[in-house]
Amino acid sequence: MKLPVYMDYSATTPVDPRVAEKMMQCLTMDGNFGNPASRSHEFGWNAEKMVDEARQQVADLICCDPREIVWTSGATESNNLAIKGAAHFYRKKGKHVITAKTEHKAVLDTCRQLEVEGFEVTYLEPETNGLIDLKKLESAIRDDTILISLMHVNNEIGVVTDIAAIGEMTRSHKILFHVDAAQSAGKVPIDLQNTKVDLMSFSAHKIYGPKGSGALFVRRKPRVRLEAQMHGGGHERGMRSGTLATHQIVGMGEAFRIAKLEMDVENQRVFTLRQRLWDGLQNIEEIYINGDFEHRVAGNLNVSFNFVEGESLIMALRDLAVSSGSACTSASLEPSYVLRALGRNDELAHSSIRFTIGRFTTEQDVDYAISLIHDSVNKLRALSPLWDMHKDGIDLSTIEWAAH
Amino acid sequence: MYYFDNNATTPLDERVLEAMLPYLTVAHGNASSAHHYGRKARAAIDTAREQVAMLVNAYPAQVIFTSGGTEANNFAIKSDVTQTGHLLIGATEHASVLNAAKSLQTRGWRVDTIPVNHNGVLQFQDNLLQNDTRFISVMLANNETGVISPIQDIAQASQQRDIIFHTDASQAAGKIPIDFNLIGANLLTLSAHKFYGPQGIGALITDKRKVLEPLLHGGGQEKGLRSGTENIASIVGFGKAAEIASNEINTRFMHYKDLKQQLETYLSSLDGLEIVAESVERLPNTTMIVVDDIKGETLLLGLDHEDIAVSSGSACYAGKTEPSHVLQAMGYSAEQAHNAVRFSLGKEQNAADVHRLFAAIKKQLHEMRSLALAVAI
Repeated sequence: MKLPVYMDYSATTPVDPRVAEKMMQCLTMDGNFGNPASRSHEFGWNAEKMVDEARQQVADLICCDPREIVWTSGATESNNLAIKGAAHFYRKKGKHVITAKTEHKAVLDTCRQLEVEGFEVTYLEPETNGLIDLKKLESAIRDDTILISLMHVNNEIGVVTDIAAIGEMTRSHKILFHVDAAQSAGKVPIDLQNTKVDLMSFSAHKIYGPKGSGALFVRRKPRVRLEAQMHGGGHERGMRSGTLATHQIVGMGEAFRIAKLEMDVENQRVFTLRQRLWDGLQNIEEIYINGDFEHRVAGNLNVSFNFVEGESLIMALRDLAVSSGSACTSASLEPSYVLRALGRNDELAHSSIRFTIGRFTTEQDVDYAISLIHDSVNKLRALSPLWDMHKDGIDLSTIEWAAH
Repeated sequence: MYYFDNNATTPLDERVLEAMLPYLTVAHGNASSAHHYGRKARAAIDTAREQVAMLVNAYPAQVIFTSGGTEANNFAIKSDVTQTGHLLIGATEHASVLNAAKSLQTRGWRVDTIPVNHNGVLQFQDNLLQNDTRFISVMLANNETGVISPIQDIAQASQQRDIIFHTDASQAAGKIPIDFNLIGANLLTLSAHKFYGPQGIGALITDKRKVLEPLLHGGGQEKGLRSGTENIASIVGFGKAAEIASNEINTRFMHYKDLKQQLETYLSSLDGLEIVAESVERLPNTTMIVVDDIKGETLLLGLDHEDIAVSSGSACYAGKTEPSHVLQAMGYSAEQAHNAVRFSLGKEQNAADVHRLFAAIKKQLHEMRSLALAVAI
């Protein structure tokens, strides 16, 4: 077993060897290294052909027309393009946008930017299980609401949003619906032919493709218009200019092809491992699962360990590559804003660990994790006066701490 | 197939591929993660940042990674969106600068162009500046003609008047030495795939004199200026390509120069064609010709039969076959602009390759003209 054991598949995944192989074929002189926009020679034509094939592969996984796929540099760009692009294009229709407090930073920060530009944004509070109450969503809709942006699967707690139901609601209100599907593609079935989503963001590196590659689904019927955020040579039907990175796109296509092929079997395997992990942990006292347990993606387990200090726990678990929240904000050491939005107090939010299991996780990895966590939690609690007090039956919330 | 379209994109240097490989397979961390895998990725990005900085004699902290030249140009030009004012760009800029500037018009900016002469050389004069000119963007070297811009005047005028000066160095990097400090620009665009690095990665170099408005919002990567999970393999490849280019810039320059001279001497022996901007300073690897009587597209197809890959100008007008706006800005007619073909040499090519290219051009021109003559008779 290779240490540290990797259980951070929601931060990023290793590239599948089959994907790497495909990418390699576009990276050398005797391969398809051309610029897909070169129209005067074979190098360009071959590259374009590979890009078209990848477009079909991505479309196949999510059941849409390949012409509805716009390549981007990743889900962050897709989210920026969807939200700013739609808001700017439809600004004359209205200037109200709805999203949730538990969204990824790429959505929240983009919405903040819209506020600077004069839009109004409603940030919905989730229920304590992390899900959005559809009635509360509907009552937040105003006459001037132009866009609702909600994620399909939450990156920290893995809960799954009912996008089909929300799509019915947004369509009947004639509001655009954007879904950040960076964490769900390849893990949860997506059928855009039968789901009324107008814009959907995808990332390659969350499903065993390369970093720096993503896509935005832009519905053709009924047609959704966007204002481009990057102008230039008019690539991607004018919605996103810039030379297409052939190897990146080919890698993303292959990753989506494999996902379509293997998703069912893989989900079952990953789910079994997740259950094994939870079964091994749940007899630890004072631990709490964050987020709804039923409506949850197979590979995610997010647990708070009461009476354990979060950073000490991460240090103790250094042979386990896990995170205390989203990688995108983990450098800050702030308690997770997602868990705070669920109503968790600072201590519980601070002592949370996200385990995300994936394609290359083994039973051995899980068993190692279980025993390491047991040892670490026991050791840390043995050193903790708070734990002693708790064991003595003292309710810590009633204590008035003296200031020094 | 012989590839003479290196200004459109270059194949990866094998050493670059080798540097990237671990990051495509075993070393897979997210650079923002605090654990072992994340820290390893972060260290690789730091090294690449140094390598890219070195190429243009800047500090690592001045390098902001982007998804390529187009994003870097858009980022630069739209970095001041909260204001409005007057913006100046060169008449022969790349589409990503032209159209980014044009998009600002809808937000209240006024955009003017700096004209070029028949040789494609910028004709900058102080009277082009207005009281509220806030931003000037001029490419360091043109992608189609290879003409190198004289930018000292512009840099000086910008400094005096507190104007932000951006230069798109996508085509210049790796072909001629670049010194960010010496140039006197505030912002400079780089693209890896133009000098044997991977596609889909570039950078904006900034002197940090001005606070930039991000183009992409999110997790706050690149000090909040460019959000999005770092594309580590490509960043590492970009760094390696920059390092190699720094080391080899002089030999590359001389090598290109010799080959180009050979090619242009050959071409001068042919009738009925003109080397564009022949008398002015150009990139050492770029030669554009305008043929009197034959469409560029026709010659391209002919050369394709000879296993030679060239282009009629920029690949970046995504498949459109409109005549080059660059040549038209230089005073060529639309018809003449339709008759242009660009040869851009690569670092692995040699005298024999150039001779093969020339022989193919000569043969094709001869055949096409005989055919035209036969049809006329």
